[in-house]
Amino acid sequence: MSERPERPDPIYTQPYDPTLAEKLYNPQKPMENRITDIGPPHYWQFLPPVIQRNYGKWKSHEIIQPGVLKYKSESGEVVYVVRCGTPRLETTDYLREICEIADKYCDGYVRWTTRNNIEFHVTDEEKLRALLEDLKSRKFPNGSYKFPVGGTGASVTNIVHTQGWIHCHTPATDASGVVKSIMDELFDYFGSHKLPAQVRIALACCLNMCGAVHCSDIAVVGIHRKPPMIEDDRLEKVCEIPLVIAACPVGAIKPATVEIGGEKRKTVRVNAERCMFCGNCYTMCPAMPISDGQGDGLALVVGGKVSNRITPPKFSKVVIPYIPNEPPRWPTAVKWIKKILEVYSQHANKYERVGDWIERIGWERFFELCDIPFTWHLIDDYRLAYDTYRTSVHFKFTKHVKPLVEYNY
Amino acid sequence: MAEIKKHETPLLDELKKGPWPSFVDDIYNYGEKHKKQQGFDILGQMELSYKNKETHWKHGGIVGVFGYGGGVIGRYSDQQEKFPSIWAFHTVRVNQPAAKWYHSSALKKICDMWDHRGSGIVNLHGSTGDLILLGTVTEQLEYIFYDLTHQMKMDLGGSGSNLRTPECCMGMSRCEWSCIDTQDITYELTMHFQDELHRPAFPYKFKIKVSGCPNDCVAAIARADFSIIGTWGDDIKIDQEAVRAYVGGELKPNAGAHSDRDWGPFDIKKEVIDLCPTKCMYWDEGQKKLYINNKECNRCMHCINVMPEALRPGDDRGATILMGAKAPILEGAQLSTVIVPFMKLEPPYDNLKNLLYKVWDYWMENGKNRERLGETIQRVGLNRFIVDVLGLEPIPQHVKEPRSNPYIFWKEEEVEGGWTRDIAEFRKRHPA
Repeated sequence: MSERPERPDPIYTQPYDPTLAEKLYNPQKPMENRITDIGPPHYWQFLPPVIQRNYGKWKSHEIIQPGVLKYKSESGEVVYVVRCGTPRLETTDYLREICEIADKYCDGYVRWTTRNNIEFHVTDEEKLRALLEDLKSRKFPNGSYKFPVGGTGASVTNIVHTQGWIHCHTPATDASGVVKSIMDELFDYFGSHKLPAQVRIALACCLNMCGAVHCSDIAVVGIHRKPPMIEDDRLEKVCEIPLVIAACPVGAIKPATVEIGGEKRKTVRVNAERCMFCGNCYTMCPAMPISDGQGDGLALVVGGKVSNRITPPKFSKVVIPYIPNEPPRWPTAVKWIKKILEVYSQHANKYERVGDWIERIGWERFFELCDIPFTWHLIDDYRLAYDTYRTSVHFKFTKHVKPLVEYNY
Repeated sequence: MAEIKKHETPLLDELKKGPWPSFVDDIYNYGEKHKKQQGFDILGQMELSYKNKETHWKHGGIVGVFGYGGGVIGRYSDQQEKFPSIWAFHTVRVNQPAAKWYHSSALKKICDMWDHRGSGIVNLHGSTGDLILLGTVTEQLEYIFYDLTHQMKMDLGGSGSNLRTPECCMGMSRCEWSCIDTQDITYELTMHFQDELHRPAFPYKFKIKVSGCPNDCVAAIARADFSIIGTWGDDIKIDQEAVRAYVGGELKPNAGAHSDRDWGPFDIKKEVIDLCPTKCMYWDEGQKKLYINNKECNRCMHCINVMPEALRPGDDRGATILMGAKAPILEGAQLSTVIVPFMKLEPPYDNLKNLLYKVWDYWMENGKNRERLGETIQRVGLNRFIVDVLGLEPIPQHVKEPRSNPYIFWKEEEVEGGWTRDIAEFRKRHPA
């Protein structure tokens, strides 16, 4: 077991010295004063004393109201946890405000969850009430809550998401703005326990999918729909052509030579018929930009999960292949997400996750209930597609089935 | 101080409305308060993206700190004339403390440093778990690194083809279900593999995630090349009195997770017994007693989730090790697959480290450029990976079902007499 520092390192209470690094770092001797490979700070120093005392001794927990959990230890000690949503993309001022709250109520301790929520810990109910009141009162100048309380139990908790247009070079859509638009619309579901089970929503702004988007109850994925452009005059200078060719999962890229100003240049050609718009070539080669204001947009994938509860973890499936980018509020995407969520809420059994509900009623019924058009794009034709074919006569008669009386070919 | 230039952002301003915390309001106010041009320029560039629906960040840019091959992501604007203060806007990944507990003293010091050396904009946290400092210029990188290591006792996380920053659920710090010390395992592995984390030597990225139980709150099974998921080998512990309290309605099912809807009185048969995937539970109404045939339990956690006061994981605790999860790029998404059904995990976790070394040795030798472990496993075959590469015994737990095709790649040594045959002898018996 690693050694456990009991209190936060005293170095943190020494004020930040903005001039120190300039004194220590010598560009002529880069190894001078260099500290490397020290790793992260030891977690133990950041655990509140009540957590340290009861580490590994927790007995049970209860969600006493949406966003507020009560944990009981074998020692008899109790800790209350208040969970708040955050935008994930934030400023140091927002962080300082979190610190100020933590200092006021929690002796400075605070925790982040995997889904970008923050958690404040208190040990008595009086402090808990005061903290909740305080959090409710904190708003941004234009009225949004800084620290909405919720994200527990049968709720829509915070959306895990990627960077989007604020910082990424390969996105097919924005992230933070889409998330804000969705959470504004689903706000009531964040702070309540009305759903049949927890609903995990996630967003990835391209198919690289940083985050477990592909195993979410509802996920939004940025997609491209136009093949990459090729900058012949620049390509050989900025790309390793064999790597670019190897990077294409469908073998749609081949080497080519072109003449520019009487000069032979090595470049590539893309077989557009074969392209599935994954964008991997652009990741490998900056001279093959794929983003396009008209072509890009969102796909909705639903019914995945990560937990092993009742049924095994599973992938989300594409139910809407394309929704155009509609900044600043993405109304079509938001409308469909809310629709799917509410149809699920109305029809699913208690404890049933979105994917388990759909598997019980059948995908054909899901498309009918949600009134989502079924198109050829939704029938898999990539690797392992066969696993998704219906190789039985078990299906339900929904509005999709029209008797085939006559077939002319 | 130079004049601050604000940009018109009518589209983004729409995102100041609504109840969910507004990042636009936050960044705008930060810019105002600190007179920081970067705050306004980043919103200005984003507004442009909102107008023409395309990103304005250039492709890549290799930057970093001396001696490390990762931890900093280079980023340059393609609108440098319009938004000069964000012409370069690099990301610094800072390795988070395990399970993301912090003390305000540490966070405030990071804030002071980031106001001074960067944009003041952060992500808590990045998808892999790092604390992300968003937006600085190349000249500041070494100073940021010196500040982090000298004044913060912090270090960079992973990026590129190396070990990415390991991540875990809250584990024993607050969860009664954690079967392993997720935080200690994460800390120990992170410290032990600092070289692998900072100096890319792998075919592609490699992620390790540690969840304390099969609920898998860090999504280890969906996104880690090496997924460590706590589990137990003995019997679920039952407090029969608490079970009766749930049945009697004194305790709220699922810890109160369904409190805002009337689902009717708790029905143990319907809500627990019938939903058990292995049907290994029985509620004796006469005796008022719950029976679990633990031998048949597959540890899905449902009954424990529904009755946390009454049921708890057993005492023979360890972890299941799964490998190979990844997002769609390149060959399609994969979930991790069971490799070691049950592993005891005690500090200093040498068994775990040795397994990792074994996997890396093979993958570094045989993995193709940008091939994730899961793809390598598929290419060589799970059976070969388990038996020939890792030297483990193949068992039914490794698969959902055995193969349906009999196209088996028999090895010569398995076949009596080997593969060398004499065609002349054959023709003596079977004239052509």
